[in-house]
Amino acid sequence: MNYTDLFRVTLPETILEISALLVLVVDLGLLRKAALNVRLAAAALLGVAGCGAALWAIGNQVGFGLYVDGNLVLANGGTAAVAQCGILLLTALTLLLLFDAVFTKHIGEFVAVVLMAAAGGLLISAAQDLLVIFIGLELLSLGLYILTAFAKSSGKSAEAAMKYYLFGGMSAAFLLFGFSYLYGLSGSTNLYWIQGNIAEAGASPLLYVAWILIVAGLGFKVAVVPFHLWAPDTYEGAPASAAAFIASVSKVASFALLLTIGRNLLMPGGPIGGQSQVVERILSEIYVAWQPLGVILLLVAAASMIVGNLAALAQSSVRRLLAYSAIAHAGYILLGIATQPHYSGQGSAFQFFLGTTAPWRMSSDAVLFYVLTYGLTTIGAFGVVAVVERATGSDKLDSFLGLHKRNPVLAGALLVLFLSLAGIPPLVGFWAKFNLFAAVLSEHAGTVPFALVCLAIAMSAVSLFYYLQVLKRAYVMPAVDESHIKVHPVVMAVLVGIAAAVILLGVFPTLLGNWIERF
Amino acid sequence: MSGFPVLTLLTVLPLVGAAIALWSGKHARGVAIITTGACVALALFIWTRVPANGAIGLVELHPGWVPSLGIEYHLGVDGLGALMLVLSAIVTLMSVDAAHRVHHQPGLYFGLVLVLESGLFGSFTALNFFHWFLFWELSLIPAFFLIKLWGGKKRGPAATQFFVYTMAGSVALLVAFLAVFVATRSMDFPHLTLLASTGELEEMVTARLGPVMMWLAVGVLAGFAVKVPMFPFHTWLPAAYAEAPTPVTMLLTGAMSKMGVYGLLRIAVPLFGHQIAQMRTPLLVLAVATVVMGAWAAAAQKDLKRVFAYSSVNHLGYCLLGIFALAVPYSLGDAGQLASQAAALNGVILQMFNHGVTAAALFWFVALLQQRTGGHRGIDDFGGLRKPAPVFAGLMGIALFSSLGLPGLNGFVGEFLIFRGVFSLAWVASTVSILGLLVTAAVILTVIQKVFSGPVPEHCKGFPDLHTGERMALAPVIGLMLLVGLLPQLIVNSVNPTVQNLLAHWRF
Amino acid sequence: MLAWTIYLSFAGALIEALLPKGKAMHARCVALAVAVAGLAIAVSGFIFGMGRGRVVLIDVPWVPAMGIHYLLAADGISRVLVLLTGLAAVAGVLFSWNIELRTNEFFAFFLALIGGVYGVFLSFDLFLLFVFYEIAIVPKYFLIAIWGSTRREYAAMKLALYSFVGSAMVLIGLLAAYAASGSHSTGLIALGHANLPVSSQMWLFPLVFVGFGILAGMWPFHTWAPTGHVAAPTAASMLLAGVVMKLGAYGCLRVAIGLFPRGLDPWGFSIIGVGSWRDVFAVLAVVGIVYGALVALAQTDFKFVIGYSSVSHMGFVLLGLVTLNQIGVTGAVLQMFSHGVIAGLLFAIVGRIVYERTHTRQLAELGPMHLSRRIPFAAWAFVIAGIASMGLPGFSGFVAEFQVLVGAWIAKPWWTLAAGLGIVVGVAYTWRAMQKAFFSDAPQTAHGLEQEHKHPFAALTWPEITGTVLLASVSLVVGLYPKILLDAIEPAVAALLAGGGR
Repeated sequence: MNYTDLFRVTLPETILEISALLVLVVDLGLLRKAALNVRLAAAALLGVAGCGAALWAIGNQVGFGLYVDGNLVLANGGTAAVAQCGILLLTALTLLLLFDAVFTKHIGEFVAVVLMAAAGGLLISAAQDLLVIFIGLELLSLGLYILTAFAKSSGKSAEAAMKYYLFGGMSAAFLLFGFSYLYGLSGSTNLYWIQGNIAEAGASPLLYVAWILIVAGLGFKVAVVPFHLWAPDTYEGAPASAAAFIASVSKVASFALLLTIGRNLLMPGGPIGGQSQVVERILSEIYVAWQPLGVILLLVAAASMIVGNLAALAQSSVRRLLAYSAIAHAGYILLGIATQPHYSGQGSAFQFFLGTTAPWRMSSDAVLFYVLTYGLTTIGAFGVVAVVERATGSDKLDSFLGLHKRNPVLAGALLVLFLSLAGIPPLVGFWAKFNLFAAVLSEHAGTVPFALVCLAIAMSAVSLFYYLQVLKRAYVMPAVDESHIKVHPVVMAVLVGIAAAVILLGVFPTLLGNWIERF
Repeated sequence: MSGFPVLTLLTVLPLVGAAIALWSGKHARGVAIITTGACVALALFIWTRVPANGAIGLVELHPGWVPSLGIEYHLGVDGLGALMLVLSAIVTLMSVDAAHRVHHQPGLYFGLVLVLESGLFGSFTALNFFHWFLFWELSLIPAFFLIKLWGGKKRGPAATQFFVYTMAGSVALLVAFLAVFVATRSMDFPHLTLLASTGELEEMVTARLGPVMMWLAVGVLAGFAVKVPMFPFHTWLPAAYAEAPTPVTMLLTGAMSKMGVYGLLRIAVPLFGHQIAQMRTPLLVLAVATVVMGAWAAAAQKDLKRVFAYSSVNHLGYCLLGIFALAVPYSLGDAGQLASQAAALNGVILQMFNHGVTAAALFWFVALLQQRTGGHRGIDDFGGLRKPAPVFAGLMGIALFSSLGLPGLNGFVGEFLIFRGVFSLAWVASTVSILGLLVTAAVILTVIQKVFSGPVPEHCKGFPDLHTGERMALAPVIGLMLLVGLLPQLIVNSVNPTVQNLLAHWRF
Repeated sequence: MLAWTIYLSFAGALIEALLPKGKAMHARCVALAVAVAGLAIAVSGFIFGMGRGRVVLIDVPWVPAMGIHYLLAADGISRVLVLLTGLAAVAGVLFSWNIELRTNEFFAFFLALIGGVYGVFLSFDLFLLFVFYEIAIVPKYFLIAIWGSTRREYAAMKLALYSFVGSAMVLIGLLAAYAASGSHSTGLIALGHANLPVSSQMWLFPLVFVGFGILAGMWPFHTWAPTGHVAAPTAASMLLAGVVMKLGAYGCLRVAIGLFPRGLDPWGFSIIGVGSWRDVFAVLAVVGIVYGALVALAQTDFKFVIGYSSVSHMGFVLLGLVTLNQIGVTGAVLQMFSHGVIAGLLFAIVGRIVYERTHTRQLAELGPMHLSRRIPFAAWAFVIAGIASMGLPGFSGFVAEFQVLVGAWIAKPWWTLAAGLGIVVGVAYTWRAMQKAFFSDAPQTAHGLEQEHKHPFAALTWPEITGTVLLASVSLVVGLYPKILLDAIEPAVAALLAGGGR
């Protein structure tokens, strides 16, 4: 291994780390006596610049991977590149939303932690080795715990961070345990070799245990049922920017990771034997097309769709509503991940696992499209919620009353973003769902995938109800307080920009789709 | 045949008059009188131009209205149609004449009357089902509103019952006729008659839809049974006639009821003759019931309008009797049968005309009675009117005797011919129907006795006799009754060829 | 050219959203201009399209990887329905002239809805059709929720959710059809050629038919319709009953019947006389006709009568569609047009002309007001609209129902009888409502007399008169000379029945 290579491959992460340090220096050193908004502006802009530089660095080095002892450790193309670019863009947007934030005076630290967590996210997206995965995951998670606790004056923030931390620590332990079994079964920590060795060795009960533990660990990160209990509290308690970051960037990174693992580790399994005829027929239909990991993922996905949507119906806090809807969306995405076809032995295995060849292009492209646009929309949604919270003091449904009068542009952005989340054309949320479901059905014909797609669509219909509840308050019901809501121009620009992007991408989805395909 | 579209002109003329009348306010009646007078003249003209051989003449044909549905603009009249046109025109003129005092929105009133007249003309000249049905249904609207807006105390329910009942019948008719259309792709009456006369119609229907011909016949008959009306679908009539303003009742009984009989003769019998022949007995029973029940019920009424309403049912029952009686299959070598059928059919057509005129006249007299006594119209409300108003009593007496069927007056001719024909074709039915004649006689005589003789009650003391204007208006009508009664060949000569023509095409 | 109806409407919506608040007249004028322009384009498109069959307006690849094209085309059926939309749009704007609350937003949502509807009728790509179909849902929600009356929020939500569920079913069908046909294209013509296996068509057809049928008011999924119509403001009711329900019927025809014709074949077995999806939906349609009519007969709220009558009339449309013969389907399309115009007229009279003045819709309260004397225009306009609604000859409804009945005779006679029963009940409820509301003999209350003197009714405004005359005359013209529309509809229907979407 060559340190030059290491440096070159990890340039984006390095840039982010350097930016973080730079922010700290500037904020704690140079601008120590300056006013809060000056420091805010400086820190945020520095952070954005750092992300931009990192983006440039990624663009420069597509195609290079990091090899250690001949094994690919960090990829740099395919899924990795797309996810990394997405993470950087979303981080930048999150930082831009910081303007007007009042939850803390320690701005420099906040931005620094954000950047470092983003670096962790970049690592995860590219990792092809179990240990690297774990390192990146921890880097990201620890950063997120800290960010959640940042609003020191809010008790909710501390409580949420505590829950998140305890829960997260436990699931990290599960994950590591699962990884260790994988290592034990295959003799390597490199995904490629694991896939090969386990395929030779065949299925075994230990393997299923490992899968379950891994799904538990990763499921926690993406907040799917039944590992979702931390999400509503965290989304509610964390400061708005942090919540936006958790909801977008960490999702992108985690799903990219799941894509990688899913693609590499799905393998032919066999029926366990001894079941009744009906069960065996169903299982065999599942098993023929699906692999054990896939089955587990499918179950989790279905549960998330159902629980997420149904629980959201009952919420009166918009943040918790967004949290449950995030759980539901995670379910949809997981459906896409679970339906990737497995490596058939044709073509370059390397290319396959990098994610640069067909036949799996369609479904993983669809997943990436969905995750990126969902992240974008969520940042916008949290941005609007943050503004309303600051103006009215709470995020309850009723604080949105009469928004169309108080700030029509803000209400318009809310309309666009929430309808996109509900899946109404011609917004991008609709296209993302359609694309995903089309990919699922095109790859796998059969009753099980079809039934799950039906479930997903049905749950989407349910989701319209609770999104409309918020919009109803904003547009229909009479206002309680009609004073104008002021929004910082940068924040407004970001929100309008996101809304415009949602509409644009919805009408011309190929803009993003083609870009994703290129990698 | 191309030429001046007289029939279209006749149908459109009242519509134009209605438009003018609507905006004429107080002068609406004058406009209406002029229009209806012109229509009478035009109708008479048409009557004289009908082909002598009884075929359909004065045809106006514009195919291509809606080709895919067989809808064409096809008008024409034979002797029957022309006679109905004349009848409608005369009765409408009488009705307008009788409507002296329409205080409330006269423009609307006379407008509606003229629209109704147009509807009548339209349905008597139509030779395509769409056109015919259009006017058949459309004429209900003005009738409804005339009852509803200017009628008596219970006009609401009466008008609604009239409307909904008739519409229900129409829908049955429509649904049945559509089946015929499905089988033959034609809505043309002459064409369908031709198909039916060779038996092809039944074949086509059975081939296309199965053995539903009998059901179709029932459906079509149901529609007409409500309109004529035939027992037991007559229950709408007494209320409607009683509650309508009397001039409107004149129209209803004089002309609108004839639409139903005309429909039977133009559509039901030609197309479904065989089915009618198969149902002949139950139909005859119903016809006889109409005759007898109508008369009996008339006898029980205390309101003059209801008396004459039920009496109308009775008189129309004779038409039904005649029509159903002649539904016997052709038997070779029985020339007598053909003669009887011709007699019955001639009688039916004559009865249509005569009853129309007579009943309209009777109700006119009732209107006069109402006007002169401040709204009274009960049988017992009057008495001894012979003394203060001899001319009135005389003219009304003539009308009453005509309704009774006294020889020498027009009412006799039709009934005579019907009985002459029916007796040889269905002697049981005709015998029982004689009961109807007897009871009617009793009713009429009772009316005469109660209204014209006996002591004069208080409110009739100053009963003014007919003044000149009224005499001049009524005289032609009474004269017509006498004329047709004494010289029936005036009408029969033009009707008979049509009758022969019709019978030739009917297949039982 | 016809595509401009869509673009103009959305542009109009955008302009309306950006107009400054408080200047209601500007908003109205903009809306009227856009609506009239749309109608003009629709009429000219109709005239130029006469005799030309299917004309492709624009075909641009949208997402090539999935074979999705931005494909707009028009055949006879589309042109007729676009014409209807134009008429409904103009009438709707005219009858909303008096709205003062948030006027520009009202017309923004209104025009957005119209744009979506135009889009559905002109789309020949299934995905594009679906997009426009869904676009139309959100404006409907807001129109009812903000400017509606009775229980508006509940009604709006119910309508939005029912529509969404229906479209979800359609989406599933769309995805399945796309996947089953090899995932090459979503164009209607291409999918029509795809010849999907009969077993797939057997379950895709009912799924998509019901999905669209929900929006068409098919029994028993119709319950959103009366609530929604009653709650909606007049223009929205006119659009809902007049045009939006036709979206559902159009979808049933163009997508369900057009793409999955084999789904209507007999199953091979039969349960109590029902042996195919065709029978099932015919039964549902007939039940809708009769049930809608019977329930309308029992209503005490004027607007509910009209709302249920819409369910009944749409039953005729659906019945005509499942007859699967030339005449029946032609009649169904004609009925779509006819009912669109007539329902618009009925709601306009009841909602705008009567309710705005009397502030009540209860028949019992309207009777003593002697409306035939105080607003005779409304009374006689309702008579004409009622006659047309009953299906009396001379108006458009008769020819349409006539054709549907003939079609039903050809298909299965007993359907005709049941439908005929529906017509009779239709006469009854229309006549009852008309009598009770306008021509009642109930004596005026003392309070009522007092109100009459103190607060006389507002005079009729020119938009009301214009709108009424427009709709009534269209129905009359089409009733007397249906050939105008039939010449366009018949070839299109023949092509559709022959070639399944080709």
